[in-house]
Amino acid sequence: MILLERLTVRVPGFAVIDLDLEVRPGEFFVLLGPTGSGKTLILESIAGLTRVASGRVLVQGRDVTRKPPEQRRVGVVYQDSALFPHLNVEKNIAFGRRYHMQKPEQDRRLTEIVDQLGLVPLLKRSVNNLSGGEKQRVALARALAVSPSVLLLDEPLSSLDQTFREEIRKSLKDLHHSLGLTFFMVTHDFSEALFLADRAAVLSAGRVEQCGPIQEIFRQPKTPFVARFVGMKNLFPAERTDAGFRVGPFEIPGPAEGTDPDTIHGYAGVRPEDLTLLPPDDGPPGPHLWPGRILEIDARGIFCQLSLEIGGLPFSAAVGMEQVFRLGLAPGSQVLVDLPPDRWRII
Amino acid sequence: MKHVDPFVGLTLATSLLILAFILLPLVEMVVQPSVGDLYRTLLDPDVRRAILLSLYTSGLAAIISLLLGTPLAYLLARRNFKGRKLIESAIDLPIMIPHPVVGIAILSMAGRGHWLGGLLHDLGVTIMGSITGIVVVLTFVGLPFYLNTVKNGIEAIPPRMENISRSLGAGMTATFLRVTLPLAWRSMLVGAIMCMARAISEFGAVVIVAYHPMTAPVMVYERFTAYGLKYSQPVAVWLILTCLILFLALRVFSLPRRST
Repeated sequence: MILLERLTVRVPGFAVIDLDLEVRPGEFFVLLGPTGSGKTLILESIAGLTRVASGRVLVQGRDVTRKPPEQRRVGVVYQDSALFPHLNVEKNIAFGRRYHMQKPEQDRRLTEIVDQLGLVPLLKRSVNNLSGGEKQRVALARALAVSPSVLLLDEPLSSLDQTFREEIRKSLKDLHHSLGLTFFMVTHDFSEALFLADRAAVLSAGRVEQCGPIQEIFRQPKTPFVARFVGMKNLFPAERTDAGFRVGPFEIPGPAEGTDPDTIHGYAGVRPEDLTLLPPDDGPPGPHLWPGRILEIDARGIFCQLSLEIGGLPFSAAVGMEQVFRLGLAPGSQVLVDLPPDRWRII
Repeated sequence: MKHVDPFVGLTLATSLLILAFILLPLVEMVVQPSVGDLYRTLLDPDVRRAILLSLYTSGLAAIISLLLGTPLAYLLARRNFKGRKLIESAIDLPIMIPHPVVGIAILSMAGRGHWLGGLLHDLGVTIMGSITGIVVVLTFVGLPFYLNTVKNGIEAIPPRMENISRSLGAGMTATFLRVTLPLAWRSMLVGAIMCMARAISEFGAVVIVAYHPMTAPVMVYERFTAYGLKYSQPVAVWLILTCLILFLALRVFSLPRRST
């Protein structure tokens, strides 16, 4: 487990101040945030690669705040692999083993990891001729070869193309499952977190905006920043009414029971994929059916991002290409949009 | 007729002019002395001694720069601290200062009137007119070239590799020896070659600190002033040839291997 207590780290032009964070034993924790939010700085503080100004870093219950990186038993994998170019695959993996007493079962475990990552045929190869995915698998094996107590992953999928990204994402999930080790990953990509994380924290300018199970962050973002970050593109300031909230013509029931009114920021949001598009002649507009007009169609492979106007507000909808063709959508097309009040989230 | 862009023509013309400017005087000097003159000069023990002394002292300056300069180059490449820019400027000073001034500056510290000169004298170290003095001067003028080359070389190594090494259990020394050094040795070798090349050509500062024992550039100057062009040329040719062979060998040795 990792515990950060009132962690303060300063670098020129940026600071993380009084950050508290708990990563539970054996979980896959993802620290999410846009570029420049301080993710890597926090990761490097845990690894001992950045000087901590104040606060404490605990790894497996041990205070390592003032310990050098080599005494922390914390594995690190960077997005660019950072393999040693003068050593072959085998020597890269074995690099750290001389500094740690290895028990026979740890040796056996390493053999299994190398096998699981499909590295056996590559052992004698130069690391300079490996593909991006192979490099990242070697970096994983190298970090795990010293039996670390936690594994820190700094955007391990970012520099990979789509095929390798899926491959490494699966390897990470399998390794986490088979090793039962605490994984701490930082990324700016919410979809990676959604696939991998048990729990996550969303970071903005060095502050944690929300921390909790990944599904909860996805389904119930607590701040407008988190909402936008998890892809809730339709976010509007909401007016409070007796029954709940109002956004333009939309009446939205109040937030779930038990929600602390002080935590409400006065916004209402709906995910682009929660808008259901119907042909305009599908019946008269009802309580949940709204007439809409397509403004723009942004095709992204088999999915499509639509800009549309509903009730005088600009919305974004995500639909399959097949539906675009079926409904004959084009800029200026009229549609009916099914948007029941329960799709809205009060933030 | 094929159209040639004026930019290409201008680039080629100026490049050829510059190459001719560098090579013509050197080629002229190498071809002017007769083979007999060159042979006789080589038989002269004073000439051989001067060339060997130049190689020896500049080689020593390069080794000293390598051993003592590498840590500073590493610090400048890796650490951000107050006064770093100031140190970087100070390092370049020996390049800018007129060479005789370098000699005078070193001599002004080496006299017995100065505390350091007194201390050195008590230790039996003489700067004026000694090989030690020549090595000190050559190190002074050669160091900036070593430091700048190695600093750039270390900066080109991603710090993340060192971070990974530390996280795997290697301390700072082990990380330097197992990661930084194997990746930086080529720039260290190139730096040492640059340092030695600069040192071997030094005349202005050496002539002030140690006219004797005579290094090759001082001997070329002495023969020129005492006997004229004809007698100084063969010594210069042998110095150029020796350096050329040495530096070519080192360059070839330090070329990056073709990856397989």
